[in-house]
Amino acid sequence: MRIDRREFLKSSGKFILLTSAAAAAWDFLQAGTPEAAPNYKLHDHWWGFAIDIEKCIGCGNCVRACKTENDVPLEPYYFRTWVERYHVPGGDIEHPEVDSPNGGYDGFPPRYKSGDGSKNFFVPKLCNHCAHSPCTQVCPVGATFDSPDGVVLVDKTYCIGCRYCVQACPYGCRFIDPRTMTVDKCSLCYHRITKGLTTACCETCPTGARMLGDLKNPKDPLHDFLRNKKIQVLKPQMATGSKAYYNGLDGSVR
Amino acid sequence: MRNFLKDEQHLVRMAAIFLVGLLLFLIVRAFFIPKGFYEYGHFRAGALADNATRPMGFAGREACESCHPDVVEAKKDSRHVAVTCEACHGALAKHADDPGGLTPTLPDAQKLCLVCHGEDVAKPKKFPQVNPQQHMGAKPCLSCHKPHHPEMAQEKRR
Repeated sequence: MRIDRREFLKSSGKFILLTSAAAAAWDFLQAGTPEAAPNYKLHDHWWGFAIDIEKCIGCGNCVRACKTENDVPLEPYYFRTWVERYHVPGGDIEHPEVDSPNGGYDGFPPRYKSGDGSKNFFVPKLCNHCAHSPCTQVCPVGATFDSPDGVVLVDKTYCIGCRYCVQACPYGCRFIDPRTMTVDKCSLCYHRITKGLTTACCETCPTGARMLGDLKNPKDPLHDFLRNKKIQVLKPQMATGSKAYYNGLDGSVR
Repeated sequence: MRNFLKDEQHLVRMAAIFLVGLLLFLIVRAFFIPKGFYEYGHFRAGALADNATRPMGFAGREACESCHPDVVEAKKDSRHVAVTCEACHGALAKHADDPGGLTPTLPDAQKLCLVCHGEDVAKPKKFPQVNPQQHMGAKPCLSCHKPHHPEMAQEKRR
């Protein structure tokens, strides 16, 4: 059989195109997911977080523990969690004075005196792990997402560092890691909770002001907290579906 | 019908170009979309495992208590019973993995006590707090209080 050059190129071109497409499609079909932890069932959990402002003493244990556990840069403007001190003079909740020296990492030096008719309290903050997160909606590449177990996570290998999510978060919970130039945020210690441990901040909170909870577990104490306390989330008007529930949240808190 | 097929050569060519274009698109798409994307949503499913496989710093309360039952006993009935070990002693997962390899250093009680118990108006009123200069003539905390059971002998647990 004789075959001319034109015929040869045509048929070999077809062959190459078709097989590589089929190979790629086959890979795509076969792509599996490794389970995060062998005994961890992704769909059996829906994580939430409780914060009791009436118990917070502003010791900064959570801030220090978080930076240690998650290798957060120590500069005073990178935080996965931080604590704010509110000073509300004369019950004027429209104009609170807020300070957070180094995010509470070194504790809070006494600043206000008692008996001046002001209201003072600490507010710990972290990612609210919203059910309808504004930050994940704006990611152009799918590098940040709501996981099936209710945690907002970042895929660092996929993040392009465009900062859209940093601007979209109404709670200021994200930052760009200066070492990788990718976004970083509270992962709810995903490496711990998938192994049955609590987060580093809950582990070290001495007064139990912070509590991790699994909303899909009917025996979780978080349900008691939600039933028995007067609960509020931050910026409810944003309808973010926040799962960080505060007890004793004052109207002055922004 | 005859009329429609009159210029069939053009149609075949167009269909061929379209098919080649579609194939190219599928190849490029399969090349750029990573494994496991869209399995759970608009993200790479492997990112869940990436997030779950970081090293741990804090061993967790149960790990501490499994080797130090004497401290559990000492803390029983004290106001510090709910305070976890690593809240004061720091992140010690390395020590829990290899008890001989890393020996924890004892925290400086004089500083550590005041991290929680130093006076501040923003703290809850019920929380025990002291002004270190005015409290018992600024004596070291440890001369009266034991960190694992801070109540004085005569003091009842409130």
